Amino acid sequence: MIRLFVGVVVGLNALVTTAFAADPVEIAIGYLRRAGVKPTLSMVEQPAENDGVAGARLAIDDNNTTGKFLNQHFTLEEFRLKDGDDAANAAVALADRNIAFIITDLPAESLLKAADALRGRGAVLFNAGAIDDRLREEDCRANVIHVAPTRSMLADGLAQYLVWKQWKRWLMVVGSHDEDRRFAEALRRSAARFGAKIVQERVFEDTGGARRTDSGVTLIQRQMPVFTQQAPVYDILVAADESEVFASYLPYRTWDPRPVAGSAGLVPKSWDPAQDQWGAVQMQNRFLKLNSRRMTALDMQAWTAARMIGEAVARVNSSDRKTVLDFLKGPDFSIAAFKGQRLTLRAWNLQLRQPILLVDGRMVVSVSPQEGFLHQVSELDTLGVDQPETKCKLH
Amino acid sequence: MWRLCLVSGIAVWLAGTLPAGAFIAYVSNEKSNTVSVIDTDKWAVIKTIKVGQRPRGIEFTKDGKFVLVAVGDDDTIQMIDTATQQVADTLPSGPDPELFIQDKAGKILYVANENDNTVTVIDIERRARVGDVQVGVEPEGMAISPDGRFLINTSETTNMAHFIDTAARQIVANVLVDARPRFAEFKRDGSELWVSSEIGGTVAIIDPVKHTVTTKITFNIPGMRKEAIQPVGISIVADGKTAFVALGPANRVAVVDAASHQVTKYLLVGQRVWHMAFTPDEKFLLVTNGVSNDVSVIDVAALKVIKTIQVGELPWGITIAKQ
Repeated sequence: MIRLFVGVVVGLNALVTTAFAADPVEIAIGYLRRAGVKPTLSMVEQPAENDGVAGARLAIDDNNTTGKFLNQHFTLEEFRLKDGDDAANAAVALADRNIAFIITDLPAESLLKAADALRGRGAVLFNAGAIDDRLREEDCRANVIHVAPTRSMLADGLAQYLVWKQWKRWLMVVGSHDEDRRFAEALRRSAARFGAKIVQERVFEDTGGARRTDSGVTLIQRQMPVFTQQAPVYDILVAADESEVFASYLPYRTWDPRPVAGSAGLVPKSWDPAQDQWGAVQMQNRFLKLNSRRMTALDMQAWTAARMIGEAVARVNSSDRKTVLDFLKGPDFSIAAFKGQRLTLRAWNLQLRQPILLVDGRMVVSVSPQEGFLHQVSELDTLGVDQPETKCKLH
Repeated sequence: MWRLCLVSGIAVWLAGTLPAGAFIAYVSNEKSNTVSVIDTDKWAVIKTIKVGQRPRGIEFTKDGKFVLVAVGDDDTIQMIDTATQQVADTLPSGPDPELFIQDKAGKILYVANENDNTVTVIDIERRARVGDVQVGVEPEGMAISPDGRFLINTSETTNMAHFIDTAARQIVANVLVDARPRFAEFKRDGSELWVSSEIGGTVAIIDPVKHTVTTKITFNIPGMRKEAIQPVGISIVADGKTAFVALGPANRVAVVDAASHQVTKYLLVGQRVWHMAFTPDEKFLLVTNGVSNDVSVIDVAALKVIKTIQVGELPWGITIAKQ
């Protein structure tokens, strides 16, 4: 009887608490994504329709599990651009609905337009999808926080490993599109920085054509050895092909038996479905359960962005945008993202410091920064453009 | 006379093989799927027991009859019979168990299940799951207040210590700590709860009555980058004066004055130090070194590392009891 009574009282208590609890603090996070998905050479790497936003959705769930204990509630407002839509208008429309935190997966030019349209509105963009260094350098903006790594961080992460491995003589093959040239530029910078030598550069012209054909493999098998023959002595072929035109055709087809890295073979990434260290298995499992597919680098960058917002809101226990942003940009902010160490923001350009994974499509081969690459502030600052070299002037 | 001689002879012989201070340590080896058994008189591995996949959390039952080991990738907790030193039974832990704790009487086991944000409550004797408590994202560290009233669970992505009323099995308070809280330990008098934050790099000292963080211990090792200092395992001696904190990839154990919360010394151990356990007489502290595949033995009075014992691959958890 007494036990029953106690049970009832506890039950009532719970009821009372729920009934009289204040309405939760609502935090809406925007998600603005580019139109279309670019085709990849490999079928298995073709991004899913919800690439990126799926990660943000998982982070919203994670934020809400925590929010349950803090009386905070997070929602995601997704907006996908169509071809020809103006990113600036879309960003303003989200800000008009009082959304202060907007995760973006936009090309550099659209991102800048959106950032400039939001100037003075108190809203901030979290760049999850653009790796262009210029967004953190000459074109940096005070209202953009960069969660995606830069090309130079990716290239440095790869170069440190290749130098550690003593594969210092690179044959570089560059695609004929602008982004391929930008990646090649980052790789040249890394080679000079860490003591590798590019023994020769070749350009692979994109002459158009379909990425998948019924009789394709026979031709590729003849083309690639010929394309890579008569090279000077080299240790590894480094391919710069963000446009997905040729790099994935190179492994096992080079004239000389050499490994491939860069845009195929050993690839630098912020995340990979094979990442299982530092508690990442739980994360991978949660993602798989929610989305019935594996987690990509873009998913992880969006997850991290939404978690950064959730983490800041929880720490300051407020949804006031200025309070949250001041904390995010302040010295006490850090985020745990299954990379074996805390991630923090570079104060001079608002870029998230992060280790770079080197993956081969099946396994994580290594994680940079490599042992022995030292830095006076953070070893993560051995990756990418460092403070003394920055061209960014916020404000 | 003869008889007396014989009896004392037997006594001497017995003392030779089973000295009064003989303890036995069980170490879980995360990678090799084994448990190494260490004799603390010989400071040597005397047996290696095959267990399930990815053994991590490991603890003697209160009656000493079993060693419980969470085998995360097999979604269960195995019971090693300490008499036969073989796996004898399993407990229904829920998915991916990592750390767990028993109540004072040794009847109830609370298990952190990383994959589904719950703490599972198990009746050890009946080998039955009797309840669940919903907690934050990725529950990990587990502790129980000395009076048995509160169970503490830390959740790694929610970054909280949850206070759970053990009678009602409900959360009564949540305390925000630094990133990725992995381990929780009460002072034996119940006056303080210590929670280590691996990524945050701190240990939070929590007032268990007011549910507030009263202070945070930070660690500064000259020449060591901040990111490498990742506190995990904590042990506090019974008198509450000295505490030890494993600092992960910093390869050191911090010695902390538990009254002033100041670090007094750093002891160099093996690579990636995870967890630790005292011998029951508290003369020695054994710590597992995940990357160098060994266990360091610390002389608690002298504050010196006196021995290193090779175990299996990627040692993680450790538990020690009388032989």
